[in-house]
Amino acid sequence: MGEAIVVTSGKGGVGKTTTSANLGTALALLGRKVCMVDTDIGLRNLDVVMGLENRIIYDLIDVAEGRCRLNQALVKDKRFDELYMLPAAQTKDKHDITPEQVRKIVEDLKPDYDYVIIDCPAGIEQGFDNAVAGADQAIVVTTPENAAVRDADRVIGILEQRGFKSPKLIINRIRPNMLKSGDMLEIDDICQVLAIDLIGIVPDDEIVIKSANLGEPTVMNPSSRAAIAYRNVARRILGETVPLMQLEEKSGMFGRVKKFLGMG
Amino acid sequence: MSVKTAITIKGTKEGLVFLLDDRCEFGALLDELQEKLDKHEQQLTGPIVHVFVKLGSRRIGEEDKERLRAAIRRQGNFLVQAIESDPTPEELEAQRNVMRTMTGIVRSGQTVRHEGHLLLLGDVNPGGSVLCTGDIYIMGALRGTAHAGCEGNANAIIAASLMTPTQLRIAEVISRPPEEWASAEPTMEYAYLRDGVMELDKLTHLHHHRKEAMFFKGV
Repeated sequence: MGEAIVVTSGKGGVGKTTTSANLGTALALLGRKVCMVDTDIGLRNLDVVMGLENRIIYDLIDVAEGRCRLNQALVKDKRFDELYMLPAAQTKDKHDITPEQVRKIVEDLKPDYDYVIIDCPAGIEQGFDNAVAGADQAIVVTTPENAAVRDADRVIGILEQRGFKSPKLIINRIRPNMLKSGDMLEIDDICQVLAIDLIGIVPDDEIVIKSANLGEPTVMNPSSRAAIAYRNVARRILGETVPLMQLEEKSGMFGRVKKFLGMG
Repeated sequence: MSVKTAITIKGTKEGLVFLLDDRCEFGALLDELQEKLDKHEQQLTGPIVHVFVKLGSRRIGEEDKERLRAAIRRQGNFLVQAIESDPTPEELEAQRNVMRTMTGIVRSGQTVRHEGHLLLLGDVNPGGSVLCTGDIYIMGALRGTAHAGCEGNANAIIAASLMTPTQLRIAEVISRPPEEWASAEPTMEYAYLRDGVMELDKLTHLHHHRKEAMFFKGV
């Protein structure tokens, strides 16, 4: 029986879809069988980030309304045999599906996969209710901005009320040089306010945007620091103890990578 | 049919509530109760019905309570659960002064309301709020909004281990740091009203503000 993990944030644009795509791919890279579910009905993006848009035949709503079997709607990834995606519908909206229907679909997926990654839409309305309905565990994504942290706090409160024991936190799009100059919220400060377990910090990386446009998850590119960060998160999900990435510039290999990326 | 009845019967989810008028004579009350129950005799059979008796501000002794119970019990399926009077102002006051302890984080969008004083073991995050009729003591960081004495008690205080609130309110006074008072004290602080203006001070100075009896032991 697999575990269903919802990736949520409250605020939009902090990197839920990017995180979902990269965690799904990283877990597949580590040999796990994964299905990603896009619950952002009407604004689906996961398929674009994964580069699977042109393979979609049926979607989540088709499954919910019984127009097709669950297996018919699943899109197999082009890179991994054990990575699948259930796309959201693009022509409907979040009110066309109920949390109960999503719960049923996730329950049906869990026996066949090690991990079911659910990509949640922004907001805390029906779309959020749909996304968290079937999840066993939650990952909250935030960025080092006050507004994002505020929304993450709100979402954590709601998740706790729904009985999620310990949601995990990913701080995304950190700019090490801004941290150093004190222009960005400190990671420690964010953790102190949100008071949940930190499962990963991901540095801001232009490659993330580039690879999303190419439909190729960033984790596939091991020269990117964001890729390593996402791989680390995946390893932590599997129970490994991986130290947090050092964001400060260091000499040696690290410095060379940064220099190579033009961040040095 | 009498013009004004002394007994009102309401149905709730738990059972029946008998509201007894607190101004008429107790004997008259018993008579009317008897009359009412007799009148509805035919409806009063079947499964057990729980009855809650509310006396308003009337105070009665055990003997009279037993008479009430006996009168109601005569209807076979009625079971008297409780006979209660409204609390007196003194009792209400005592209830208000009870300190309640809560553990947890008040997150954005969450509100804690409490009648009386509140001791919160945890943080109040930005966007979260705590409202109390009495004092608020926070063993943790106050980053959100706190409103002490929210029903008008201007003597209420707000104390926190880390005082970095979004907004503080005591009674009707609203204060917004850091425009009105900046604080970077590493010690525990409390906010209070002095002549209608919000002030912040070290918690160790609270005894100047509140002269309460202290009982020292030893020399």
